[in-house]
Amino acid sequence: MSAARQLSLEVNGKRHNLQLDIRTTLLDALREHADLPGTKKGCDQGQCGACTVHVDGERVLSCLTLAAQVEGRQVTTIEGLQTADGVMHAVQTAFIEHDAFQCGYCTPGQIMSAIACIREGHAGTDDDIREYMSGNICRCGAYPHIVAAVRDAASRLKTERAL
Amino acid sequence: MRPFDYLRAQDTAAAIAEAGKPETKFLAGGITLLDLMKLNVERPARVVDITRLSGLDTIEVSADVIRIGALAKMSKVADHAGVREAAPVLSESLWRAASAQLRNMASIGGNLMQRTRCTYFRDPGAYSNCNKRNPGSGCAAIEGINRNHAVLGTSDACIAIYPGDFAVSLVAFDADVLVRGTVARRIPIDEFYLLPGQTPHLEHPLSPGEMIVGIEIPRSAALKRSHYLKVRDRASYEFAAASAAVGIEMEADGRTIRDVRIAVGGVATKPWRLRAVEASLKGKTLDESTLRAAAAAAVEGAKSSGHNAFKIALVPKVVARALMTVGDIS
Ligand SMILES: Cc1cc2nc3c(=O)[nH]c(=O)nc-3n(C[C@H](O)[C@H](O)[C@H](O)COP(=O)(O)OP(=O)(O)OC[C@H]3O[C@@H](n4cnc5c(N)ncnc54)[C@H](O)[C@@H]3O)c2cc1C
Ligand code: SF4
Ligand code: FES
Ligand code: FES
Repeated sequence: MSAARQLSLEVNGKRHNLQLDIRTTLLDALREHADLPGTKKGCDQGQCGACTVHVDGERVLSCLTLAAQVEGRQVTTIEGLQTADGVMHAVQTAFIEHDAFQCGYCTPGQIMSAIACIREGHAGTDDDIREYMSGNICRCGAYPHIVAAVRDAASRLKTERAL
Repeated sequence: MRPFDYLRAQDTAAAIAEAGKPETKFLAGGITLLDLMKLNVERPARVVDITRLSGLDTIEVSADVIRIGALAKMSKVADHAGVREAAPVLSESLWRAASAQLRNMASIGGNLMQRTRCTYFRDPGAYSNCNKRNPGSGCAAIEGINRNHAVLGTSDACIAIYPGDFAVSLVAFDADVLVRGTVARRIPIDEFYLLPGQTPHLEHPLSPGEMIVGIEIPRSAALKRSHYLKVRDRASYEFAAASAAVGIEMEADGRTIRDVRIAVGGVATKPWRLRAVEASLKGKTLDESTLRAAAAAAVEGAKSSGHNAFKIALVPKVVARALMTVGDIS
């Protein structure tokens, strides 16, 4: 076994000092060591998107990232989206309003991905949304509702920014 | 996963010195490396994280060349306005690859070095016979399920596809790989990928510790009028069933082909340049029948292993369609 290392991770604005085997992925560090199980493990091989989180504001896959690689970087997970007084992110609200899930297992990854997709400017058309959300697989096939939710959230966020 | 030591390199010289030590690998985005470490295909004793090295993620478009640092992210290069303007094929072959998340992680250097998706190669627990992993052990794919295996550039030792997209466009447009080790050198991209022959475990001419620091692509009229067509089993987030990187330059008459570049992916053991097809098209009039006739020669020497015969039928169509797109023939 690799020697455990002291790693300091900043997740959702909070510092976590963790003793981790150096082989630990960011995904396992979040779920099993930082008490943040919202990020899901689907394939553990980069093929499904369930484990999507933001590192320094950009969407990445936590299953193919070593925890050690994000030391000194800001990690955001689904648990970090709500404001302190419990207000959900516009994309979360849109997913609920549009019924953009069935079992919900892919949903945290979909939402983290959608927020970045909108921020990147890749949510202008339904075709764009489908292309730039393709890294998030939904076994339940909720795709039409996911596209509708992203489209709606994108236009709401645009209006908010314009106000 | 085998236990390993994790080091963070402070500068390029230190990274190269560390990576020259036994059983050591560079770690960039980690997408290929970590995935294969989990599968016990890669078993380094040490990894050198190079993602924090400075100055290696630049993208420069000058009058005659495009220069991209090895640590530039696929997503940044794909979205770069200067690259999209001067070289649409480079941008397209990047944004049509993998997913948005993976492209945010993946470095250009790591992308060039990605390894085959051959399912037997990826499964050492179930298959000991893989000449690429285990030289001399045989090849499980030749007699196995080989729908996603190569029809061009194969040998009786290995039929694994080089799966990447970006390198296909680099091969079509004569890029150089800039490498630094004990000395700095420049390797033409076509020589950077080795045919399997009897040594499929050797994929690149890099020595231990040699690091890709960037790539350079000469600018040309054909590069400006270029396109990457990727045909696959699903519309996105999938490797190519067959792809073509093409570019064209016309004579002043607007009808005669002056220069044309063609390389194909998803069908060969390395990014596959079609020089004979290019030569047969130069000086010809640009029209559909000429393109289709020339494209038929794209699969000269192709060999099916059984389930992958469809690729031999697919390649000429993909080449012709890609050329019709850049040639504005509907
Ligand atoms: C689900 C999935 C789908 C994918 N789809 C596609 C696709 O459609 N098209 C496509 O092209 N790719 C695809 N990929 C592959 C992906 O693009 C590559 O895995 C990625 O680009 C590798 O880059 P990296 O920076 O993560 O490399 P790493 O995994 O960090 O490194 C890969 C290898 O290169 C070595 N290395 C890294 N940097 C250097 C350097 N500077 N010099 C020398 N050696 C170096 C490492 O030691 C390692 O051996 C897909 C991957 C996954 C998991
Ligand atoms: S095709 Fe190559 S990589 Fe795949 S099993 Fe055969 S030898 Fe191994
Ligand atoms: S769990 Fe990371 S992509 Fe599937
Ligand atoms: S809602 Fe079930 S996997 Fe997407």
